[in-house]
Amino acid sequence: MNLNLFVWRQKRTDEKGAMERYEAKDISPEMSFLEMLDMVNEGLIKKGMEPIAFDHDCREGICGMCSQVINGIPHGPKEKTTTCQLHMRNFRDGDTIYIEPFRAKAFPVIKDLIIDRSALDRIIQAGGYISAHTGGVPDANAVLIPKEDAETAMDAAECIGCGACVAACPNGSAMLFTAAKVSHLAVLPQGKIEAARRVCVMTEEMLNEGFGNCGNHYECRAACPKGIEVKFIAKLNREYIKAQIGMK
Amino acid sequence: MILDGKCPSGPLHEKWDRRKQELRLVGPVNKRQYKIIVVGAGLAGASAAATLGELGCNVEAFCYQDSPRRGHSIAAQGGINAAKNYPNDGDSIFRLFYDTLKGGDFRAREANVYRLSMVSNNIIDQCVAQGVPFARDYAGYLDNRSFGGAQVSRTFYARGQTGQQLLLGAYSALMRQVRSGTVTIHPRMEMLDLVIVDGDAKGITVRDLVSGDIKCHAADAVCLCTGGYANVFHLSTNAMGSNVTAAFRAYKKGALFANPCFTQIHPTCIPVSGEHQSKLTLMSESLRNDGRVWVPKNKGDKRLPSEIPEAERDYYLERKYPGFGNLTPRDIASRAAKDVCDEGRGVGPGGYGVYLDFEDAIGRLGENTIRERYGNLFEMYERITGEDAYKRPMRIYPAPHYAMGGLWVDYNLQSNIPGLFVLGEANFSDHGANRLGASALMQGLADGYFIIPYTISDYLARTKPGVVNTGHAEFRRSIEDMNASVKKLLSINGRRTVNEFHRELGRIMWDYVGMSRSEDGLKKALSIIPGLRAEFMEDVKIPGSGMDLNQELEKAGRVADFLEFAELMAQDALHRNESCGGHFRVEHQMPDGEAKRDDENFRYVAAWEFKGINKEPGLHKEPLSFENVKPAVRSYK
Ligand SMILES: Cc1cc2nc3c(=O)[nH]c(=O)nc-3n(C[C@H](O)[C@H](O)[C@H](O)COP(=O)(O)OP(=O)(O)OC[C@H]3O[C@@H](n4cnc5c(N)ncnc54)[C@H](O)[C@@H]3O)c2cc1C
Ligand code: FES
Repeated sequence: MNLNLFVWRQKRTDEKGAMERYEAKDISPEMSFLEMLDMVNEGLIKKGMEPIAFDHDCREGICGMCSQVINGIPHGPKEKTTTCQLHMRNFRDGDTIYIEPFRAKAFPVIKDLIIDRSALDRIIQAGGYISAHTGGVPDANAVLIPKEDAETAMDAAECIGCGACVAACPNGSAMLFTAAKVSHLAVLPQGKIEAARRVCVMTEEMLNEGFGNCGNHYECRAACPKGIEVKFIAKLNREYIKAQIGMK
Repeated sequence: MILDGKCPSGPLHEKWDRRKQELRLVGPVNKRQYKIIVVGAGLAGASAAATLGELGCNVEAFCYQDSPRRGHSIAAQGGINAAKNYPNDGDSIFRLFYDTLKGGDFRAREANVYRLSMVSNNIIDQCVAQGVPFARDYAGYLDNRSFGGAQVSRTFYARGQTGQQLLLGAYSALMRQVRSGTVTIHPRMEMLDLVIVDGDAKGITVRDLVSGDIKCHAADAVCLCTGGYANVFHLSTNAMGSNVTAAFRAYKKGALFANPCFTQIHPTCIPVSGEHQSKLTLMSESLRNDGRVWVPKNKGDKRLPSEIPEAERDYYLERKYPGFGNLTPRDIASRAAKDVCDEGRGVGPGGYGVYLDFEDAIGRLGENTIRERYGNLFEMYERITGEDAYKRPMRIYPAPHYAMGGLWVDYNLQSNIPGLFVLGEANFSDHGANRLGASALMQGLADGYFIIPYTISDYLARTKPGVVNTGHAEFRRSIEDMNASVKKLLSINGRRTVNEFHRELGRIMWDYVGMSRSEDGLKKALSIIPGLRAEFMEDVKIPGSGMDLNQELEKAGRVADFLEFAELMAQDALHRNESCGGHFRVEHQMPDGEAKRDDENFRYVAAWEFKGINKEPGLHKEPLSFENVKPAVRSYK
């Protein structure tokens, strides 16, 4: 099939960008979206033009590196699917596709579709961990964890840290991301000890980094390639209130 | 030169304790004065950097992704082994040790593998303490599953995302150290060179992938944790950026490269769908717990799988290996798949595929149980192929997956260059000629959490901290060399893209240095690779500049190294005139087609020394002795 692409091109952070038009010809429905872009890039390179820069690595939907807004939706039209796992059979011959970077105040564009997401690392640095020292920990079965709790923790821990939730949010909030980590650790007995401090410092760091606050739009859930549920935001809020009361 | 692995003496189970006793320590106050570079933030790198930071060293951690949370360890699906024996099914440290050694076809060091089995249990404890949400049973205890090459259930898992959860555990420990100021992270940086001063590793040269700047970092010791090189085959289950560059540049600076031909082809991957293919996706080996592998008995049978009656199906693994059935080790399962496809019995477009069928398991356990166990894998399969594996069998085919070979290290994980330590998949240490499933995660974390903190201290205790800085002539020279090589690549301005060369190299490697290798084929590969390399240096086209984010330039550097490394791999495969594990030489097989090892002549590690481009590398041997097990014929029948 043949497609019409409009792609965001921007040389560097401090330069203006613009949408540019490209043709993608002879695209097979078996191709992944990124393989389609690879093919467009091969054509650009042969013409001596700079290829479209985009982040990607595992191409298996797990590393969280790929980050494109496709036709206005972070990671594109298919539910619970990262950009790299989106396949061309989801498009039709003659389609026009708009491709942009994840946009948010806290995610400056580095080049074309590549953004700087280091703010997410800093939210984790603030306290997204259990302070276990290497060695000297108890036997793994010493503390039993109800299956349901382990499953809930896993549901939250599945977050791949791609930032689609931020790009989808009208406020550019990283609430779903932060809530997923807070909840993953707060559900587990090992994580309870630091839970109050954790939720406070992570939320504070989130706001310091220029992410907005949650306005309960829940666009994040729709965009999340891992289907992380908004119930974790409620959990974060509960943990936060508990911590505030406890601290006073 | 005969190499010495420097294994401790004494009975097997006392060796590691003895070594720990012998190793020197650095006092807590002095630790602060030492700076350590850790390249790579996968399981090995993240666990090492976090632990060394926690001990008080100054750690500089590098990775090429935008965050240390994205190392390719994240993609591991199936699980991690440990000898906990929680299911009480006969497991023990010795059995894990034996299975791993036998799985590696007796081409690994006994002492290393035993230590790995010993610390395996600490890893699980550590990960649980960090909050890794492993699967549990209804009573709240940790759950286990079985994996290829083992008759016990010793694999711990977190749904189909074990690697992700373990890596996020290590990453969170790392972030904690960043916060406390002991670790500095340098994402989007690619290591291009190792800097050696007076014989010791003292730093690295990196390219900032955003600004294009080439800079040096000096330290008292360097740990390479840069993963495996399966991308030499172009299509593999590795990430797009996985490379041999860091290890290969260290090799070119004098580090020995051990057993480069020991590569693993994983039996269960989604088959190639066309020329455009950019990578291959693994379907976890854990699926073989419940899936049955088969092909039609008749050649060229084009019927739908559901139309082929039971009597006309060949469950060839169950038939050939009744003892292990669908859970035979990877090398064996891969070769068996290739054999039936070469016979013309393969399925799917092109005939390069076999079925992995869940019909029986769904009948026995119900679709819900299967969904619970493998739901995300079935979804991934559906996204990629558009087929529903609950309704019709998956199609799978072997794909390059893992590198058992890597930089040579001694028992302390130190290379032949003092101060250069190599961890995780980047070293050659524990898996011999074939790695068993769920043992790479174990090794990466063993190296990073529990081995390097002890062994590197010994080196530091003998080293004065901070003696060199980046003003040293060796650093300046390294920067000049790297700038020159970037400039050279950009100046070629030919007609073909980097991908085109990579694809062509991959085809050569798959055809001649892949699942089965022959003298003629290897010689053929060795005769064409240099030509391809020369063509690359004359005809590759890389647009853009070096002073900018330039992904084609990054790729070109990696492919240039693969083009040189490929030759080393083929040379090693040609020299190893035996079949063992993943290295199958057609000249050496049993009457029934199984690998025929030659212990008399090849019971050694082959470690290669760089002698110059287009020059034969030098071979050094580390003989392997087996004091506690008898190298048996590896049978899974
Ligand atoms: C799809 C898949 C599934 C797997 N499943 C399992 C499983 O179920 N169980 C199991 O035990 N094993 C599994 N494995 C194997 C296992 O995941 C890997 O062997 C292991 O995770 C490697 O860890 P590592 O830390 O050595 O390297 P990696 O995780 O690959 O990390 C490499 C690090 O080095 C950095 N790096 C690389 N090159 C450079 C450079 N030049 N400059 C700077 N930084 C660099 C990268 O940024 C990255 O941070 C699987 C592998 C794959 C590919
Ligand atoms: S490239 Fe890894 S999630 Fe898309």
